Amino acid sequence: MHPYTDSGSKDTRSGFGAGLLELGQSNPNVVALCADLTGSLKMDAFAAEFPERFFQTGIAEAHMIGMAAGLTIGGKIPFTGTFANFSTGRVYDQIRQSVAYSGKNVKICASHAGLTLGEDGATHQILEDIGLMKMLPGMTVISPCDYNQTKAATIAIAEYDGPVYLRFGRPKVPNFTPSNAPFVIGKADILTQGSDVTICANGHLVWEALEAANALEAEGIQAEVINFATIKPLDLESLLASVGKTGRVVTAEEHQRNGGLGDSIAQALGMHLPSPIEMVAVNDSFGESGTPAQLLTKYGLDAANIVAAVKRVMNR
Amino acid sequence: MANSIQDLPSQVRRDILRMVHAVQSGHPGGSMGCTEFFVALYFDILRHQASPFNMDGSGEDLFFLSNGHISPVFYSVLARSGYFPLDELKTFRKLNSRLQGHPTTHEGLPGVRIASGSLGQGLSVAVGAAQAKKLAGDDRLVFTLHGDGELQEGQIWEAALYAGSKKVDNLISTIDANGQQIDGSTDDVMPMGDIGSKFIAFGWDVMHIQEGNDLEAVRSGILQAIAMTGKGKPVCVVMHTSMGHGVDFMAGTHKWHGIAPSDEQLAAALAQLPETLGDYPA
Repeated sequence: MHPYTDSGSKDTRSGFGAGLLELGQSNPNVVALCADLTGSLKMDAFAAEFPERFFQTGIAEAHMIGMAAGLTIGGKIPFTGTFANFSTGRVYDQIRQSVAYSGKNVKICASHAGLTLGEDGATHQILEDIGLMKMLPGMTVISPCDYNQTKAATIAIAEYDGPVYLRFGRPKVPNFTPSNAPFVIGKADILTQGSDVTICANGHLVWEALEAANALEAEGIQAEVINFATIKPLDLESLLASVGKTGRVVTAEEHQRNGGLGDSIAQALGMHLPSPIEMVAVNDSFGESGTPAQLLTKYGLDAANIVAAVKRVMNR
Repeated sequence: MANSIQDLPSQVRRDILRMVHAVQSGHPGGSMGCTEFFVALYFDILRHQASPFNMDGSGEDLFFLSNGHISPVFYSVLARSGYFPLDELKTFRKLNSRLQGHPTTHEGLPGVRIASGSLGQGLSVAVGAAQAKKLAGDDRLVFTLHGDGELQEGQIWEAALYAGSKKVDNLISTIDANGQQIDGSTDDVMPMGDIGSKFIAFGWDVMHIQEGNDLEAVRSGILQAIAMTGKGKPVCVVMHTSMGHGVDFMAGTHKWHGIAPSDEQLAAALAQLPETLGDYPA
């Protein structure tokens, strides 16, 4: 059985808020911008403690992204905060020209990503954001798995000079990674050792992958679960080392199959180590209203679906 | 370097036309209409350091070109103010050049602090840079230039609302009111109404430069705008210009927005523009 325990479920967005507050205290160049979702993004503590470094833009996401790019001119490190849909799809051209092409040190921090946003429904449940962001040259893309890792990633991206997309979510989910583990951009974490199949997951589905590994172990299948919190740059070394051993891969993510982690893994394996692969992801559909758990089940993203995907890949 | 600022507009217009002619692409009309503005800004108004170029621009006035397609006038004036060698103008829009079709930081061209081309983004960037200056206690100013047609982009008004409401009063945004855009006159394409009143309604102080192609009028107008800064409001300058100004057959029409002159047209145009400071080597 995997050695991880839920130390108390928490939302990943609160990890972002805690990390941002800590950055406010440790790095005077860190500034934050929010488009009228300060409470939802858990940016209130930063805003209260550092009002002169917090910029409320109102419901004007395009302006927020441009303004963040401008704040870098003078050495500030801006963190923008809004929902993932409004952080990416709504402002793609602003990110492309004013941030990515201009090479600006902006940290685009996006909450309420994926289906687990829940009841608000498909207008807000963006499942394309990782694809949009990873296509931009020079953009680093990160989707941490729990509160602790989101907090650590928030702190780590301030130290990195370049544009970053940091994706997290709304619901409370198991918090199981160590609270003191530093986040290393571009380094995947091997969570369980296994020889039969590699499960590459990120975000909320890392816990589902660990649960799946437990179920598989009961059936005698040893799964190596790897947390690919960084989608870009992809940790090719860890991927090839694991798949070189197991020969089979399942990917799991709360995103469209097109453009997500699985798409990056398949591309890498196709070029370097062709191997059977199954993908647990949303397949060319929008979401809908429901509870996070209901939605993960209906759209085939829970632990049971990961187990089924492993069995499919084992039979190929 | 210029013997006299008066010598510059004719020479800059020669640069614009020769650059666009050489690659048979680019945007001469708006560039020629804004020539006096760029000359006044870079050779008289801005407190800036061309070399070595410092991206952060601490202690300097900053300028952001939001309507990036008028890159020819920007490049000519940057080169002639010493940001990069004059003979680099001959690489405009060619492969492996730092002088991309639209200005960018990507190739490291000194003097450019943001990419622009997709319209409507420069005002937000300038607001951010202006806020960074306030945070740093830097009392220098931030300038922008926008086309009047560009004001049709919604992001401009997001930024205008922010700057007015949040009292970004170290910012001077100039609107090139030439009444033209690609498809025709702004009155035909999308009538802009009273631009000044719109900015006033968004919480800005507004002034007009009626003779935007008169160097002294532009210079004194911008100085007046500077005197309006620091009073709790951003400043908008509505600058009335003529697209294609300086060459009789190019002036006052949208037709030269994005068209390069032929060999004959170039010769005819250059005959109207004295070579005051020496052309860049072809």
